[in-house]
Amino acid sequence: MFTADHISLRYGARPVLSDVSLTLARGELVIILGPNGAGKSTLLKVLTGDLQPDQGSVSFDGSPLARIPLDELARERAVLSQSMGLNFPFTVFEIVRLGLEAGRGSMSRAEVLRLLPRALKAVGLEGFEGRLLQQLSGGEQQRVHLARVLCQAWAGKPDGSAFLLLDEPVSNLDIRHQLQTLEAVRRHVTGGGGALMILHDINLAALYADRLVMMTEGRILRQGAPQDVLDRSAILDVYGVDMPVEIARNSGRPFALLSRPG
Amino acid sequence: MTVLDTSPAETVGIAGDRSHRARLALIGLGVLLALTCIVSIMTGPVPLTAETVVKAIFTPEAVELRDQAIVWSVRLPRTLLAVLVGGALAFSGALLQGLFRNPLADPGIIGVSAGSSFAAITAIVLGEALFGAAAMLYLLPVGAFFGGLAATICLYLIATRRGRTSIATMLLGGIAIAALMMAGTGVLIFMSNDQQLRELTFWSLGSLGGASWPKIIATTPFIIIGLLLGFAFAGGFNALALGESEARHLGIPVQILKRTAIVAVALLTGTAVAVSGTIGFVGIVVPHLLRLFIGPDHRFLLPASLLLGAVLLVGADMVSRTIVSPAELPIGIVTAMLGAPFFLWILLRNRSLVDL
Repeated sequence: MFTADHISLRYGARPVLSDVSLTLARGELVIILGPNGAGKSTLLKVLTGDLQPDQGSVSFDGSPLARIPLDELARERAVLSQSMGLNFPFTVFEIVRLGLEAGRGSMSRAEVLRLLPRALKAVGLEGFEGRLLQQLSGGEQQRVHLARVLCQAWAGKPDGSAFLLLDEPVSNLDIRHQLQTLEAVRRHVTGGGGALMILHDINLAALYADRLVMMTEGRILRQGAPQDVLDRSAILDVYGVDMPVEIARNSGRPFALLSRPG
Repeated sequence: MTVLDTSPAETVGIAGDRSHRARLALIGLGVLLALTCIVSIMTGPVPLTAETVVKAIFTPEAVELRDQAIVWSVRLPRTLLAVLVGGALAFSGALLQGLFRNPLADPGIIGVSAGSSFAAITAIVLGEALFGAAAMLYLLPVGAFFGGLAATICLYLIATRRGRTSIATMLLGGIAIAALMMAGTGVLIFMSNDQQLRELTFWSLGSLGGASWPKIIATTPFIIIGLLLGFAFAGGFNALALGESEARHLGIPVQILKRTAIVAVALLTGTAVAVSGTIGFVGIVVPHLLRLFIGPDHRFLLPASLLLGAVLLVGADMVSRTIVSPAELPIGIVTAMLGAPFFLWILLRNRSLVDL
């Protein structure tokens, strides 16, 4: 379990996170919502260990995050960052294998290699092993990296208990692949893992999240089950946009309606 | 970038897995290197047969004294020095490219060699006056190492911000560092006497003419240490290609990897410069050619660069000592004539990558 306790962080004089506390447990899918510059990615980077908070502490399963060796951490959690430039002609196979090697603990090489086609299938890229990453579209590249992250999590914890930390995993995807990706994450969580995601689509977030974290200006405004926290006033407070919220008949989840401002 | 044919017929095992092909390539390159070395030792004012060369190496008593002398005191040390220098330069090129995460880094182009050679020239011109003649044997390689180290660290600090390396900044920063080192070298040349000046000419053009057994014995340990440091994290460079934080997420100790790579590059480039002057473009041509065939997996790219770099420099040395025979064309001129157009070709193919 990840525990971020009273985190504050500044870039220079500008406060980016102010007194943020968050937990992420196994079997839980948490989605962070908030406008650009709300501190979502910064919070994620604090949880991955990329950024050290000025105040507060982050721990994983009771140990301070900074004390856990990098290779051990790589078996406990896999991270998808936003954009990645790649200047070398790696194939899809070679990129996804990076995740397997990082996560590989007690599993044999043969066992680990069986995970690779499964991960590519989960993101809808069967048969892409031999393609060069640089020649794929932005959305396909994003899905390759997601397959890599899934492989790392599966190889690291064969019992499925690893964590996924994903920064906008569906930003370049069409609706079908957005749903496919979120289904893969959902399956991982149902199988005993944990996942934290940053999303921009309020309705997708409401549809998939066990818990929504609504952030603005470096603070968490509200967090809880979508039906408890997602309402017209919360959206107005977080995004400054007026969106009526109804309950969708098919899913029973809250659903925000778009209307033109003013 | 590179269009690679990975049709099923060519791929063994799983599609996209080029490790099998890379292993075959390593064996092929090993054989090629052995053959190139034999041809190199055969070639010269007195031509020798392949049989004589092999016999002279393994059973020296079975060949004529003259042939034995030609092989052992002239051509074998020179060929071995070409192997060491070519391997070291290509390997450090591949390392630098892994470190900077782009295929355009080369010790010669981005000023690492210039840093080494400036420090070595400082040692030639000022060393004797400061430390005495006895210290000169060590001053040269040690100076070249620290010169290369300083240049690599400076460039890394200039080109990398928040774990991202800008290719344009790296190339331009390298030009600036190289220019500064050249200016320093110019001052030293201005200060030097006639005998020193002759020694210095050797540095600016690059040559294997000074090959001798003591030189090879002095060079080998440094190169081996550099190679071992480079190999230690070979797989880590694949993760690093995605970015520094991505590599950390994948469990790679990025800071240690970067520092080790910088020291390895400085050791290899510094040693190569100390024994042969500035020989450019080997470090960029070799890894680039290899990526076309075996892909960019550094676990194979690094050893393959070592082998192909050695093959290339042994070949270039043959050209340099036969093309204007009995005179000798400095080998740096040969590699620049082949390498510079090749570098331009890579630049044009990667225009989007440089994006100035």
